[in-house]
Amino acid sequence: MSPETRRVEMTLETKIESMDLGEEVARRVAATAGFDEDERHKICMAVRECLINALQHGNRYDPRKPIGVTFTLLPDRLMVQVRDQGPGFDLAGIPDPLSDEHLLKSSGRGLFLVRCFMDELMVESGRNGGAVVTMIKRYSSNHRGAGESEAEKEKQR
Amino acid sequence: MSVKINKREVGGVTVVDLSGRLTLGDASAQLRETLRELLNQGQKKIVLNLGQVGYIDSSGLGELVSGFTTVKNQGGQLKLANLTQKVNDLLTITKLYTVFEVHNDETAAVQSFS
Repeated sequence: MSPETRRVEMTLETKIESMDLGEEVARRVAATAGFDEDERHKICMAVRECLINALQHGNRYDPRKPIGVTFTLLPDRLMVQVRDQGPGFDLAGIPDPLSDEHLLKSSGRGLFLVRCFMDELMVESGRNGGAVVTMIKRYSSNHRGAGESEAEKEKQR
Repeated sequence: MSVKINKREVGGVTVVDLSGRLTLGDASAQLRETLRELLNQGQKKIVLNLGQVGYIDSSGLGELVSGFTTVKNQGGQLKLANLTQKVNDLLTITKLYTVFEVHNDETAAVQSFS
């Protein structure tokens, strides 16, 4: 992604391999945006978990249904949107995976992790159905912005 | 990159070395199959050495929990050793640190069975 580019859009196939691809793109976008290693890891995990959610619960492994992903670099934050073709869902209806009742369950932690790793998480219904999951990661106060060259960074050290 | 799994016997305990990423798909299935084989062979003292696992997603976590429950239900024990910082953090925020018996290294994990 060039420094001038503020938006990356991609369409992923509904298959397990797409999780790695989406995560890799997230890693590159987060690096371009100037997030540090720890934040990049969190962003990548959040994107991966959102994609898994779209694959399993949204598109239910149906290869005819695509998963849309948009990364948008805004002045103060990175916004990532993941769109599936499923029935949609309500965040409030998702059980707490930390509760005694659900702690030993083998699933149900994905969106919890997204909440932990990102600053904001929202779910809406898409214009043509499906769920649109929006995640926000704000830049920290010592953030180096997208497009800042290595030379400029070096000068400031 | 997926996960690589190697099994070895240390003092009557089976140590399962994992390296790579424990994620949705083949990696999780490989771990499930490994634990199933061990239980079928009557090996019920199991340590998962996660020293070379730098990444686990929610599916991998689910597989760990599922393995823990399966081994326990068959009268065995599944313990974790050698966690990387990122995996350690993940177990902490998901409260799974309270579920698993976690040891700093393999030796301590193996000795804890005696």
